[in-house]
Amino acid sequence: MDARRIEPAGAVAAPASRGAGLRRLAHLGPVAVCLLVLVAVALASLSQGAAGLPPRTVAGLLVDRLPLIAIELDVPETWRRIVFDVRLPRVIAAGAVGAALAYSGAAYQGVFRNPLAEPFLLGVASGAALGAALTIVSPIYSGAYGFGWVPAAAFAGGLLAMVLVYLFSRSGGSVSNATLILAGVALSAMLAAATSFILMTAGERTQAVLSFLFGGFNTASWSRVAWALPYLLAGSAVVAVFARVLNVLQLDEEQAAQLGVDVTRTKLLVLGGASLVAATAVAMAGVIGFVGLIVPHVVRILWGGDHRRLLPLAALLGASFLIAADLFARTVIAPQEVPVGIVTALLGGPFFLWLLRARRVGDL
Amino acid sequence: MATATALAAPLLEVRDVHVALGGGPVLAGAGVTVRAGEVVGLAGPNGAGKSTLLRAVTRVLRAERGTFLLRGTPIDARSRLDFAREVAVVQQLPEAPPTMRVEELVLLGRHPHLRLLGRESGRDRAIALDAMRRAGCDAFAERALGTLSGGERRRAFIARALAQEPRLLLLDEPTANLDAGAQGEVFELLRALAADGVGVLVVVHDLTLAASYCDRLVLMQRGRTVAEGPPAEVVTAETVRRVYGDRVTVVRHPSTGAPLVVPAVAGTEDRDA
Repeated sequence: MDARRIEPAGAVAAPASRGAGLRRLAHLGPVAVCLLVLVAVALASLSQGAAGLPPRTVAGLLVDRLPLIAIELDVPETWRRIVFDVRLPRVIAAGAVGAALAYSGAAYQGVFRNPLAEPFLLGVASGAALGAALTIVSPIYSGAYGFGWVPAAAFAGGLLAMVLVYLFSRSGGSVSNATLILAGVALSAMLAAATSFILMTAGERTQAVLSFLFGGFNTASWSRVAWALPYLLAGSAVVAVFARVLNVLQLDEEQAAQLGVDVTRTKLLVLGGASLVAATAVAMAGVIGFVGLIVPHVVRILWGGDHRRLLPLAALLGASFLIAADLFARTVIAPQEVPVGIVTALLGGPFFLWLLRARRVGDL
Repeated sequence: MATATALAAPLLEVRDVHVALGGGPVLAGAGVTVRAGEVVGLAGPNGAGKSTLLRAVTRVLRAERGTFLLRGTPIDARSRLDFAREVAVVQQLPEAPPTMRVEELVLLGRHPHLRLLGRESGRDRAIALDAMRRAGCDAFAERALGTLSGGERRRAFIARALAQEPRLLLLDEPTANLDAGAQGEVFELLRALAADGVGVLVVVHDLTLAASYCDRLVLMQRGRTVAEGPPAEVVTAETVRRVYGDRVTVVRHPSTGAPLVVPAVAGTEDRDA
């Protein structure tokens, strides 16, 4: 917030170096806070599980892996295995998916000027899930490219759902907030039904589709993270380019156009980028709802609505949120795991209802 | 003066504009000219096409036919961004998130001057602050838009337009729903801007107000420009009756001679006495 505060020209130009350092720290503040939370949550998640490891030792193992730093640690080889081969890919996958969902949620909310827009409620997640399920039952899944097709197919499905919902809810050149979400939820139900049908008829692939649909991170591996990363980076880069323009789009479209924004082009590119990010998240972990709703909202309350900070902060906090949710999901009734989507829905559903009560959605 | 205006092309020259919306013609040959340093009032009955003419000028709406020149060159030859660097608009009912602060809104006015990946410099902030001072909203720069009164909100959006540093400022009924004092303040600001060389085109319903503050008036009726010139020539009893019907009439201010548009109610004199 402080970064956008307009100060008198004199204060900016003045050589008062005493205040400058403090101001720079205040500017770094939210990022530092979110990073600290992320490190703490990640460390907790790496330490907890069937084998409880001391967080200090886990931290030592991680630091030891950094280039140029070597720490003498007397730990069993199994501990290393648990941290680096089992838990770390899982934590990174959960972090990447959480970041992707929160980031794309913030982008959708910016484009539609609608605080309820997020991948799950817009139907993008269900569209992506259908695309992914179709790929898993198709012959190409067992081919050379394997899992690499899943994010692409998920993107196609998610984008198609986005376009359909947008066209359905558009009337007379404007998109109504309530209609957008209703169209998204309706389409979501249809797409989920289609996905269930595929599941019923999947034959020997049933298990693969099922484990994908249930989502979560128990199948997380380094190779899947590596497959997904380019898609995530490409999509979020497109959105990031337009972060400042999204601020202008918070005015009505006529004002934005009069300020020189090519409204249609900007919307299409941001929606495309956000959908790629959201669909990749679905390809990695199935349908996980409400992260894109809760996290950007909290960031906006804490640090304001400037998309240049909202987007990166939502990504950082989204990563922490889903790592924590996954930790809860795999420890609450251990050794059994709860699908992480159930945890986020149990938290997100009430939050959604609270948002409906606390604010008149039509006004936003 | 004659040589100066003859040499320089007008800031805005719009002629013979035709726009059809929902089947029927909304504009059928409207036009307006604005020179640097003058305030031009655009008046006419409801539905005359005043707002439509503004929206056609800003290319929010496509005209079927018409000539649009900005400083002598066709508006279509400019990019949207290029156009926004010279022309700013204050809409009638502009929207913005209620949680957005005034200073954030005003800083958005710098958008046409920034690169896609650029951020606001100290100079941009100084310009935004100056715009807020001029529009009289620097005192509540940190307040959220949702907490402002109608008049304060209007000033915030005017400041946003001023932050664009426009040569030409277009305003759609900036005095609607304002009390008489606040209306005067808005027009004083427009006069001050014109004194700095900005061309101002303002849609205004109140002919008396328009006649008091504008250098020239353009009177529209059913999509056409029916009168254009200095207020004293445009606001006459005959023209006003022709455009607005016989419920209004024009009297002269007893000391200044300025035209005053008043209701032509039978027996007014008796009631006043």
